[in-house]
Amino acid sequence: MNINLTLIGQSVAFIVFVWFCMKFVWPPIVTALNERKTKIADGLAAAEEGQREKAKAQEHVAQVTSEAKEQAQEIIRRAERREVEMIEEAKGSARVEGDRVLTAARSEIDKEANMAREALRAQVAGLAVAGASKILAREVDSDAHAKMLDDLIAEL
Amino acid sequence: MASDAPTTTEYIKHHLQNLTFGQHTDGSWGIAHGAAEAKAMGFWAIHLDTMFWSVLLGALFLWGFRKAALRATAQTPSGFLNFVEWIVEFVDENVRGSFSHKNDLVAPLALTLFVWVLLMNTMDLVPVDWIPQIAHLMGIEYMKVVPTTDPNATFGMALGVFVLTLFYSIKIKGVGGFAAELTMQPFQANNPILKILFVPANFFLEFVSLVSKPVSLSLRLFGNLFAGEMIFILIALLFSGGAMLAVAGGVLQWAWAVFHILIVLLQAFIFMTLTIVYLEMAHSHH
Repeated sequence: MNINLTLIGQSVAFIVFVWFCMKFVWPPIVTALNERKTKIADGLAAAEEGQREKAKAQEHVAQVTSEAKEQAQEIIRRAERREVEMIEEAKGSARVEGDRVLTAARSEIDKEANMAREALRAQVAGLAVAGASKILAREVDSDAHAKMLDDLIAEL
Repeated sequence: MASDAPTTTEYIKHHLQNLTFGQHTDGSWGIAHGAAEAKAMGFWAIHLDTMFWSVLLGALFLWGFRKAALRATAQTPSGFLNFVEWIVEFVDENVRGSFSHKNDLVAPLALTLFVWVLLMNTMDLVPVDWIPQIAHLMGIEYMKVVPTTDPNATFGMALGVFVLTLFYSIKIKGVGGFAAELTMQPFQANNPILKILFVPANFFLEFVSLVSKPVSLSLRLFGNLFAGEMIFILIALLFSGGAMLAVAGGVLQWAWAVFHILIVLLQAFIFMTLTIVYLEMAHSHH
Protein backbone atom coordinates (compact mmCIF):
# COMPACT_ATOMS: atom_id res chain seq x y z
CA MET A 1 0.00 0.00 0.00
CA ASN A 2 2.55 2.53 -1.08
CA ILE A 3 1.63 5.77 -2.71
CA ASN A 4 3.37 5.68 -6.05
CA LEU A 5 3.03 6.26 -9.76
CA THR A 6 -0.31 4.44 -9.72
CA LEU A 7 -1.76 7.66 -8.31
CA ILE A 8 -0.88 9.56 -11.46
CA GLY A 9 -1.88 6.65 -13.66
CA GLN A 10 -5.29 6.61 -12.04
CA SER A 11 -5.67 10.36 -12.40
CA VAL A 12 -4.87 10.12 -16.09
CA ALA A 13 -7.28 7.22 -16.57
CA PHE A 14 -9.92 9.17 -14.67
CA ILE A 15 -9.48 12.26 -16.85
CA VAL A 16 -9.59 10.20 -20.05
CA PHE A 17 -12.73 8.36 -18.96
CA VAL A 18 -14.51 11.54 -17.94
CA TRP A 19 -13.53 13.20 -21.20
CA PHE A 20 -14.81 10.24 -23.21
CA CYS A 21 -18.04 10.12 -21.24
CA MET A 22 -18.56 13.86 -21.70
CA LYS A 23 -17.89 13.70 -25.44
CA PHE A 24 -19.41 10.41 -26.57
CA VAL A 25 -21.72 8.97 -23.91
CA TRP A 26 -23.61 11.67 -22.09
CA PRO A 27 -24.78 13.97 -24.94
CA PRO A 28 -26.47 11.34 -27.19
CA ILE A 29 -28.28 9.70 -24.28
CA VAL A 30 -29.49 12.96 -22.77
CA THR A 31 -30.48 14.27 -26.20
CA ALA A 32 -32.51 11.11 -26.84
CA LEU A 33 -34.10 11.36 -23.41
CA ASN A 34 -35.06 14.97 -23.94
CA GLU A 35 -36.38 14.23 -27.42
CA ARG A 36 -38.48 11.43 -26.04
CA LYS A 37 -39.73 13.67 -23.26
CA THR A 38 -40.81 16.27 -25.83
CA LYS A 39 -42.41 13.59 -27.96
CA ILE A 40 -44.38 12.20 -25.05
CA ALA A 41 -45.46 15.67 -24.00
CA ASP A 42 -46.55 16.39 -27.59
CA GLY A 43 -48.42 13.11 -27.74
CA LEU A 44 -50.24 13.85 -24.52
CA ALA A 45 -51.10 17.34 -25.72
CA ALA A 46 -52.36 15.91 -29.02
CA ALA A 47 -54.48 13.35 -27.16
CA GLU A 48 -55.96 16.12 -25.05
CA GLU A 49 -56.57 18.18 -28.16
CA GLY A 50 -58.29 15.19 -29.75
CA GLN A 51 -60.52 14.78 -26.73
CA ARG A 52 -61.44 18.45 -26.92
CA GLU A 53 -62.15 18.16 -30.65
CA LYS A 54 -64.31 15.11 -30.03
CA ALA A 55 -66.30 16.89 -27.34
CA LYS A 56 -66.75 19.85 -29.66
CA ALA A 57 -67.88 17.58 -32.49
CA GLN A 58 -70.35 15.83 -30.21
CA GLU A 59 -71.72 19.18 -29.14
CA HIS A 60 -72.01 20.19 -32.77
CA VAL A 61 -73.82 16.93 -33.62
CA ALA A 62 -76.27 17.46 -30.78
CA GLN A 63 -76.91 21.01 -31.93
CA VAL A 64 -77.44 19.99 -35.56
CA THR A 65 -79.76 17.16 -34.51
CA SER A 66 -81.89 19.39 -32.35
CA GLU A 67 -82.04 22.00 -35.10
CA ALA A 68 -83.12 19.36 -37.58
CA LYS A 69 -85.77 18.13 -35.18
CA GLU A 70 -87.03 21.65 -34.72
CA GLN A 71 -87.16 22.19 -38.45
CA ALA A 72 -89.04 18.94 -38.96
CA GLN A 73 -91.54 20.00 -36.30
CA GLU A 74 -91.90 23.35 -38.01
CA ILE A 75 -92.46 21.69 -41.37
CA ILE A 76 -95.09 19.35 -39.92
CA ARG A 77 -96.80 22.27 -38.19
CA ARG A 78 -96.86 24.27 -41.40
CA ALA A 79 -98.18 21.30 -43.36
CA GLU A 80 -100.95 20.84 -40.85
CA ARG A 81 -101.82 24.49 -41.04
CA ARG A 82 -101.78 24.31 -44.82
CA GLU A 83 -104.04 21.26 -44.74
CA VAL A 84 -106.58 23.07 -42.59
CA GLU A 85 -106.36 26.10 -44.89
CA MET A 86 -106.80 23.98 -47.97
CA ILE A 87 -109.84 22.30 -46.49
CA GLU A 88 -111.26 25.68 -45.53
CA GLU A 89 -110.54 27.04 -48.99
CA ALA A 90 -112.13 24.02 -50.61
CA LYS A 91 -115.11 24.39 -48.35
CA GLY A 92 -115.38 28.08 -49.24
CA SER A 93 -115.10 27.58 -52.95
CA ALA A 94 -117.55 24.69 -52.81
CA ARG A 95 -120.00 26.92 -50.97
CA VAL A 96 -119.52 29.73 -53.49
CA GLU A 97 -119.90 27.29 -56.37
CA GLY A 98 -122.99 25.82 -54.78
CA ASP A 99 -124.44 29.26 -54.26
CA ARG A 100 -123.69 30.14 -57.82
CA VAL A 101 -125.25 26.96 -59.16
CA LEU A 102 -128.24 27.52 -56.90
CA THR A 103 -128.65 31.09 -58.06
CA ALA A 104 -128.31 30.04 -61.71
CA ALA A 105 -130.85 27.29 -61.17
CA ARG A 106 -133.18 29.68 -59.42
CA SER A 107 -132.99 32.28 -62.15
CA GLU A 108 -133.48 29.52 -64.72
CA ILE A 109 -136.49 28.34 -62.79
CA ASP A 110 -137.77 31.91 -62.59
CA LYS A 111 -137.20 32.37 -66.29
CA GLU A 112 -138.94 29.10 -67.08
CA ALA A 113 -141.76 30.00 -64.74
CA ASN A 114 -142.09 33.46 -66.33
CA MET A 115 -142.03 31.97 -69.78
CA ALA A 116 -144.68 29.41 -68.75
CA ARG A 117 -146.67 32.20 -67.15
CA GLU A 118 -146.32 34.31 -70.29
CA ALA A 119 -147.37 31.34 -72.44
CA LEU A 120 -150.22 30.56 -70.08
CA ARG A 121 -151.23 34.18 -70.04
CA ALA A 122 -151.17 34.26 -73.82
CA GLN A 123 -153.16 31.06 -74.03
CA VAL A 124 -155.58 32.28 -71.32
CA ALA A 125 -155.93 35.51 -73.26
CA GLY A 126 -156.49 33.53 -76.47
CA LEU A 127 -158.95 31.25 -74.70
CA ALA A 128 -160.67 34.24 -73.13
CA VAL A 129 -160.79 35.97 -76.47
CA ALA A 130 -161.97 32.78 -78.13
CA GLY A 131 -164.51 32.23 -75.35
CA ALA A 132 -165.60 35.79 -75.41
CA SER A 133 -165.71 35.83 -79.17
CA LYS A 134 -167.82 32.70 -79.09
CA ILE A 135 -170.08 34.40 -76.52
CA LEU A 136 -170.07 37.76 -78.10
CA ALA A 137 -169.74 36.45 -81.64
CA ARG A 138 -170.26 39.29 -83.83
CA GLU A 139 -170.60 42.01 -81.24
CA VAL A 140 -166.98 42.05 -80.47
CA ASP A 141 -164.76 43.25 -83.21
CA SER A 142 -161.37 41.99 -82.48
CA ASP A 143 -159.79 44.99 -84.11
CA ALA A 144 -162.00 47.48 -82.32
CA HIS A 145 -161.59 45.88 -78.97
CA ALA A 146 -157.96 45.00 -79.30
CA LYS A 147 -157.01 47.63 -76.80
CA MET A 148 -159.39 46.40 -74.25
CA LEU A 149 -158.23 42.84 -74.77
CA ASP A 150 -154.63 43.80 -74.34
CA ASP A 151 -155.44 45.50 -71.07
CA LEU A 152 -157.22 42.37 -70.01
CA ILE A 153 -154.22 40.25 -70.90
CA ALA A 154 -151.95 42.50 -68.90
CA GLU A 155 -154.20 42.19 -65.85
CA LEU A 156 -154.06 38.41 -65.87
CA MET B 1 -4.71 -20.12 -1.21
CA ALA B 2 -1.25 -19.03 -2.02
CA SER B 3 1.49 -21.51 -2.71
CA ASP B 4 3.26 -23.73 -0.19
CA ALA B 5 0.60 -23.71 2.54
CA PRO B 6 1.17 -20.22 3.89
CA THR B 7 0.53 -19.19 7.45
CA THR B 8 -2.41 -16.97 8.26
CA THR B 9 -0.27 -13.86 8.35
CA GLU B 10 1.40 -14.73 5.08
CA TYR B 11 -1.99 -15.39 3.49
CA ILE B 12 -3.37 -12.00 4.53
CA LYS B 13 -0.19 -10.17 3.58
CA HIS B 14 -0.18 -11.90 0.23
CA HIS B 15 -3.72 -10.79 -0.45
CA LEU B 16 -2.94 -7.21 0.45
CA GLN B 17 0.11 -6.97 -1.78
CA ASN B 18 -0.24 -5.24 -5.13
CA LEU B 19 1.52 -6.42 -8.23
CA THR B 20 4.13 -3.68 -8.30
CA PHE B 21 6.33 -2.88 -11.25
CA GLY B 22 9.29 -0.60 -10.73
CA GLN B 23 13.03 -0.22 -10.38
CA HIS B 24 14.72 -2.54 -7.92
CA THR B 25 17.38 -1.25 -5.58
CA ASP B 26 20.00 -2.87 -7.75
CA GLY B 27 18.92 -0.73 -10.69
CA SER B 28 17.07 -3.35 -12.73
CA TRP B 29 13.38 -3.01 -13.63
CA GLY B 30 10.88 -5.67 -12.75
CA ILE B 31 8.07 -6.86 -10.53
CA ALA B 32 8.54 -6.62 -6.78
CA HIS B 33 8.60 -9.88 -4.82
CA GLY B 34 7.10 -9.04 -1.48
CA ALA B 35 6.14 -5.91 0.35
CA ALA B 36 9.68 -4.89 1.25
CA GLU B 37 10.84 -4.84 -2.37
CA ALA B 38 7.74 -2.93 -3.42
CA LYS B 39 8.35 -0.36 -0.71
CA ALA B 40 11.98 -0.02 -1.73
CA MET B 41 10.90 0.96 -5.26
CA GLY B 42 9.66 4.31 -3.93
CA PHE B 43 7.34 6.56 -5.86
CA TRP B 44 8.34 5.54 -9.37
CA ALA B 45 6.61 2.22 -9.32
CA ILE B 46 3.20 1.26 -10.57
CA HIS B 47 0.58 -1.20 -9.38
CA LEU B 48 -0.12 -3.23 -12.48
CA ASP B 49 -3.17 -5.00 -11.01
CA THR B 50 -4.85 -1.78 -9.88
CA MET B 51 -4.23 -0.14 -13.24
CA PHE B 52 -5.32 -3.21 -15.18
CA TRP B 53 -8.59 -3.73 -13.35
CA SER B 54 -9.55 -0.09 -13.09
CA VAL B 55 -8.84 0.61 -16.75
CA LEU B 56 -10.57 -2.62 -17.79
CA LEU B 57 -13.68 -1.77 -15.77
CA GLY B 58 -13.66 1.86 -16.91
CA ALA B 59 -13.34 0.74 -20.51
CA LEU B 60 -16.13 -1.80 -19.98
CA PHE B 61 -18.35 0.94 -18.62
CA LEU B 62 -17.62 3.34 -21.47
CA TRP B 63 -17.90 0.61 -24.11
CA GLY B 64 -21.31 -0.50 -22.82
CA PHE B 65 -22.64 3.01 -22.37
CA ARG B 66 -21.25 4.13 -25.72
CA LYS B 67 -23.03 1.24 -27.40
CA ALA B 68 -26.24 2.20 -25.65
CA ALA B 69 -25.70 5.86 -26.56
CA LEU B 70 -25.39 4.97 -30.24
CA ARG B 71 -28.72 3.16 -30.08
CA ALA B 72 -30.45 5.87 -28.06
CA THR B 73 -33.31 7.44 -29.96
CA ALA B 74 -36.60 9.05 -29.06
CA GLN B 75 -38.27 5.72 -29.78
CA THR B 76 -39.29 3.22 -27.12
CA PRO B 77 -36.11 1.96 -25.42
CA SER B 78 -35.51 -1.67 -24.58
CA GLY B 79 -33.14 -3.99 -22.77
CA PHE B 80 -29.74 -2.66 -21.82
CA LEU B 81 -30.58 0.79 -23.18
CA ASN B 82 -33.37 0.99 -20.61
CA PHE B 83 -30.94 0.20 -17.85
CA VAL B 84 -28.43 2.78 -19.09
CA GLU B 85 -31.12 5.43 -19.37
CA TRP B 86 -32.27 4.63 -15.87
CA ILE B 87 -28.76 5.23 -14.50
CA VAL B 88 -28.30 8.36 -16.58
CA GLU B 89 -31.59 9.79 -15.33
CA PHE B 90 -30.70 8.88 -11.77
CA VAL B 91 -27.37 10.71 -12.04
CA ASP B 92 -28.96 13.61 -13.89
CA GLU B 93 -31.55 14.00 -11.16
CA ASN B 94 -28.86 14.02 -8.50
CA VAL B 95 -26.84 16.60 -10.38
CA ARG B 96 -29.90 18.79 -10.86
CA GLY B 97 -30.70 18.49 -7.17
CA SER B 98 -27.29 19.52 -5.86
CA PHE B 99 -25.73 21.54 -8.66
CA SER B 100 -27.44 24.79 -9.62
CA HIS B 101 -25.03 26.20 -12.20
CA LYS B 102 -24.52 25.69 -15.90
CA ASN B 103 -21.65 23.28 -16.51
CA ASP B 104 -21.70 20.49 -19.08
CA LEU B 105 -18.86 18.70 -17.35
CA VAL B 106 -20.47 17.93 -14.02
CA ALA B 107 -23.16 15.44 -15.07
CA PRO B 108 -20.86 13.23 -17.22
CA LEU B 109 -18.24 13.48 -14.48
CA ALA B 110 -20.75 12.28 -11.91
CA LEU B 111 -21.92 9.47 -14.19
CA THR B 112 -18.36 8.31 -14.85
CA LEU B 113 -17.44 8.36 -11.18
CA PHE B 114 -20.61 6.60 -10.08
CA VAL B 115 -20.48 3.74 -12.55
CA TRP B 116 -16.73 3.36 -12.53
CA VAL B 117 -16.46 3.30 -8.73
CA LEU B 118 -19.47 1.01 -8.56
CA LEU B 119 -17.86 -1.47 -10.97
CA MET B 120 -14.54 -1.35 -9.12
CA ASN B 121 -16.31 -1.84 -5.78
CA THR B 122 -18.32 -4.72 -7.20
CA MET B 123 -15.06 -6.62 -7.78
CA ASP B 124 -15.07 -6.97 -4.01
CA LEU B 125 -17.99 -9.41 -4.28
CA VAL B 126 -15.95 -11.84 -6.35
CA PRO B 127 -14.66 -14.48 -3.89
CA VAL B 128 -11.24 -13.31 -2.75
CA ASP B 129 -9.29 -16.30 -4.02
CA TRP B 130 -10.73 -16.84 -7.47
CA ILE B 131 -8.88 -14.31 -9.55
CA PRO B 132 -5.60 -14.46 -7.55
CA GLN B 133 -5.62 -18.25 -8.02
CA ILE B 134 -6.13 -17.93 -11.76
CA ALA B 135 -3.38 -15.32 -11.84
CA HIS B 136 -1.18 -17.67 -9.85
CA LEU B 137 -1.73 -20.41 -12.41
CA MET B 138 -0.70 -17.92 -15.09
CA GLY B 139 2.48 -17.23 -13.13
CA ILE B 140 1.48 -13.89 -11.67
CA GLU B 141 2.56 -13.71 -8.07
CA TYR B 142 0.30 -10.99 -6.70
CA MET B 143 -3.16 -9.91 -7.77
CA LYS B 144 -5.33 -7.44 -5.92
CA VAL B 145 -8.55 -7.23 -7.92
CA VAL B 146 -10.42 -4.40 -6.19
CA PRO B 147 -8.85 -1.14 -7.36
CA THR B 148 -10.72 0.90 -4.76
CA THR B 149 -8.88 -0.95 -1.97
CA ASP B 150 -5.73 0.66 -3.31
CA PRO B 151 -5.40 4.20 -1.90
CA ASN B 152 -3.61 5.18 -5.10
CA ALA B 153 -6.80 4.64 -7.07
CA THR B 154 -9.07 6.55 -4.73
CA PHE B 155 -6.53 9.36 -4.27
CA GLY B 156 -6.05 9.49 -8.01
CA MET B 157 -9.74 10.12 -8.57
CA ALA B 158 -10.04 12.49 -5.64
CA LEU B 159 -7.03 14.39 -6.99
CA GLY B 160 -8.79 14.76 -10.33
CA VAL B 161 -11.87 16.11 -8.56
CA PHE B 162 -9.69 18.41 -6.45
CA VAL B 163 -7.97 19.85 -9.51
CA LEU B 164 -11.36 20.47 -11.11
CA THR B 165 -12.55 22.16 -7.92
CA LEU B 166 -9.53 24.48 -7.94
CA PHE B 167 -9.91 25.12 -11.68
CA TYR B 168 -13.56 26.14 -11.43
CA SER B 169 -13.01 28.12 -8.22
CA ILE B 170 -10.45 30.24 -10.01
CA LYS B 171 -12.39 30.33 -13.27
CA ILE B 172 -15.66 31.45 -11.69
CA LYS B 173 -14.38 33.73 -8.93
CA GLY B 174 -11.02 34.78 -10.37
CA VAL B 175 -7.71 34.44 -8.59
CA GLY B 176 -8.56 37.36 -6.31
CA GLY B 177 -11.99 36.03 -5.48
CA PHE B 178 -10.63 32.62 -4.66
CA ALA B 179 -7.84 34.09 -2.56
CA ALA B 180 -10.37 36.25 -0.75
CA GLU B 181 -12.46 33.19 -0.06
CA LEU B 182 -9.44 31.53 1.49
CA THR B 183 -8.35 34.50 3.60
CA MET B 184 -11.33 36.76 4.37
CA GLN B 185 -13.51 34.27 6.22
CA PRO B 186 -14.75 32.85 8.56
CA PHE B 187 -13.32 35.77 10.66
CA GLN B 188 -14.48 39.05 9.18
CA ALA B 189 -13.83 42.64 10.14
CA ASN B 190 -14.46 46.09 8.70
CA ASN B 191 -11.26 47.48 10.16
CA PRO B 192 -8.50 46.95 7.52
CA ILE B 193 -5.83 46.27 10.14
CA LEU B 194 -7.97 43.65 11.82
CA LYS B 195 -8.71 42.21 8.43
CA ILE B 196 -5.02 41.69 7.73
CA LEU B 197 -4.54 40.26 11.21
CA PHE B 198 -7.27 37.72 10.54
CA VAL B 199 -5.68 36.54 7.29
CA PRO B 200 -3.34 33.86 8.73
CA ALA B 201 -6.04 32.36 10.94
CA ASN B 202 -8.56 32.39 8.11
CA PHE B 203 -6.12 30.94 5.65
CA PHE B 204 -5.16 28.18 8.05
CA LEU B 205 -8.81 27.17 8.61
CA GLU B 206 -9.83 27.43 4.96
CA PHE B 207 -6.73 25.68 3.71
CA VAL B 208 -7.33 22.75 6.03
CA SER B 209 -10.94 22.50 4.95
CA LEU B 210 -9.92 22.76 1.30
CA VAL B 211 -7.30 20.01 1.52
CA SER B 212 -9.47 17.82 3.71
CA LYS B 213 -12.01 17.51 0.91
CA PRO B 214 -10.02 15.27 -1.45
CA VAL B 215 -8.41 13.46 1.48
CA SER B 216 -11.71 12.58 3.09
CA LEU B 217 -13.28 11.81 -0.29
CA SER B 218 -10.63 9.23 -1.13
CA LEU B 219 -10.07 7.86 2.37
CA ARG B 220 -13.78 7.24 2.90
CA LEU B 221 -14.00 5.10 -0.21
CA PHE B 222 -10.68 3.39 0.42
CA GLY B 223 -11.42 2.73 4.11
CA ASN B 224 -14.84 1.21 3.49
CA LEU B 225 -13.72 -1.05 0.69
CA PHE B 226 -10.46 -2.01 2.35
CA ALA B 227 -12.28 -2.99 5.54
CA GLY B 228 -14.80 -5.01 3.53
CA GLU B 229 -12.05 -6.75 1.62
CA MET B 230 -10.21 -7.45 4.87
CA ILE B 231 -13.26 -9.17 6.32
CA PHE B 232 -13.66 -11.27 3.17
CA ILE B 233 -10.03 -12.33 3.54
CA LEU B 234 -10.53 -13.23 7.21
CA ILE B 235 -13.66 -15.21 6.35
CA ALA B 236 -11.75 -16.97 3.58
CA LEU B 237 -9.25 -18.14 6.21
CA LEU B 238 -12.03 -20.31 7.68
CA PHE B 239 -12.05 -22.49 4.57
CA SER B 240 -8.73 -24.05 5.54
CA GLY B 241 -9.88 -24.92 9.05
CA GLY B 242 -11.87 -28.14 8.49
CA ALA B 243 -15.38 -28.98 7.31
CA MET B 244 -17.32 -27.25 10.11
CA LEU B 245 -15.42 -24.01 9.79
CA ALA B 246 -15.66 -24.16 6.00
CA VAL B 247 -19.45 -24.34 6.16
CA ALA B 248 -19.52 -21.49 8.66
CA GLY B 249 -17.18 -19.60 6.35
CA GLY B 250 -19.50 -20.15 3.41
CA VAL B 251 -22.48 -18.84 5.34
CA LEU B 252 -20.52 -15.88 6.66
CA GLN B 253 -19.14 -15.02 3.27
CA TRP B 254 -22.61 -15.07 1.77
CA ALA B 255 -24.02 -12.92 4.59
CA TRP B 256 -21.17 -10.43 4.41
CA ALA B 257 -21.46 -10.25 0.62
CA VAL B 258 -25.17 -9.41 0.92
CA PHE B 259 -24.39 -6.68 3.41
CA HIS B 260 -21.46 -5.53 1.35
CA ILE B 261 -23.67 -4.91 -1.70
CA LEU B 262 -25.08 -2.02 0.28
CA ILE B 263 -21.62 -0.60 0.98
CA VAL B 264 -20.53 -1.11 -2.63
CA LEU B 265 -23.50 0.88 -3.90
CA LEU B 266 -23.55 3.44 -1.12
CA GLN B 267 -19.87 4.33 -1.37
CA ALA B 268 -20.12 4.80 -5.13
CA PHE B 269 -23.15 7.03 -4.60
CA ILE B 270 -21.44 9.03 -1.84
CA PHE B 271 -18.35 9.54 -3.96
CA MET B 272 -20.50 10.89 -6.79
CA THR B 273 -22.66 13.09 -4.56
CA LEU B 274 -19.70 14.62 -2.74
CA THR B 275 -18.01 15.34 -6.07
CA ILE B 276 -21.12 17.21 -7.20
CA VAL B 277 -21.30 19.10 -3.91
CA TYR B 278 -17.63 20.10 -4.05
CA LEU B 279 -18.06 21.40 -7.58
CA GLU B 280 -21.19 23.27 -6.54
CA MET B 281 -19.16 24.91 -3.77
CA ALA B 282 -16.47 25.79 -6.28
CA HIS B 283 -19.08 27.50 -8.47
CA SER B 284 -20.91 29.50 -5.83
CA HIS B 285 -19.73 32.65 -4.09
CA HIS B 286 -19.67 32.69 -0.33
